[in-house]
Amino acid sequence: MKKVRPVNLDMSTIHLPVTGWVSILHRISGVVLLGGVLVLLWLLDASLRSQDSFAHLQAMLSGLGVKLVVWAVLSALAYHLVAGIRHLIMDMGVGETLEGGRRGAKLVLVVALGVIAALGVWLW
Amino acid sequence: MVTAATSFSRSGVSDWLIQRFSAIILGAYTLFIVGFIVAHPGLDYTTWKSLFIHPLVRIFSLAALLALVAHAWIGLWAVITDYLTSRLLGAKAIVLRLLVLAIFAVVTFAYMAWAVQILWGLQ
Repeated sequence: MKKVRPVNLDMSTIHLPVTGWVSILHRISGVVLLGGVLVLLWLLDASLRSQDSFAHLQAMLSGLGVKLVVWAVLSALAYHLVAGIRHLIMDMGVGETLEGGRRGAKLVLVVALGVIAALGVWLW
Repeated sequence: MVTAATSFSRSGVSDWLIQRFSAIILGAYTLFIVGFIVAHPGLDYTTWKSLFIHPLVRIFSLAALLALVAHAWIGLWAVITDYLTSRLLGAKAIVLRLLVLAIFAVVTFAYMAWAVQILWGLQ
């Protein structure tokens, strides 16, 4: 067998369908969350350490930079959760057809965007 | 047979199942914490602390932590075996994958130790 076989995986020629976008975003949000856990643990630590630390965290959270970081992490978490729930639903045999898959993927994007927007409203 | 020495449970089917179980625990935990925050507008320190001091919540938190380690390992493994491949990177792919997983193991252990300290240091 030839060692170097032709593979067509030239990313620039591949147009991702909506299901592909939902899938790659699930992966990206998962990788983002590996670092995001650090932020979540910091929030947990600062909020539980003491009364003073809790108050200090509340003050910090009114700063734009901290707010944006927290929003980004919570957004990744929200997206990952919504896309994950779709996986579990599909495991039960729902929405496994091509059309069902597309509909589910669009639904994930709509729901996730809604949750991310709600998180933004809640934080600001 | 090629065995995946670095996959979480050394079996794809088992990894698949663990990924689902851990996802359910993590999803339930996330919704529980979010639900608590939503149900308590103007949350104060005492109320917040009393939540995490509750023995059942401690157990739930610990379960979520353990689920997180398994879930993140399986997820990261799936991602790096797809993208850090020998076809793309040659012989160094395996070294790179092991390195990524080793760093992940150290970081995750630190997360675990920190989280246990946060939750069990409470009194």
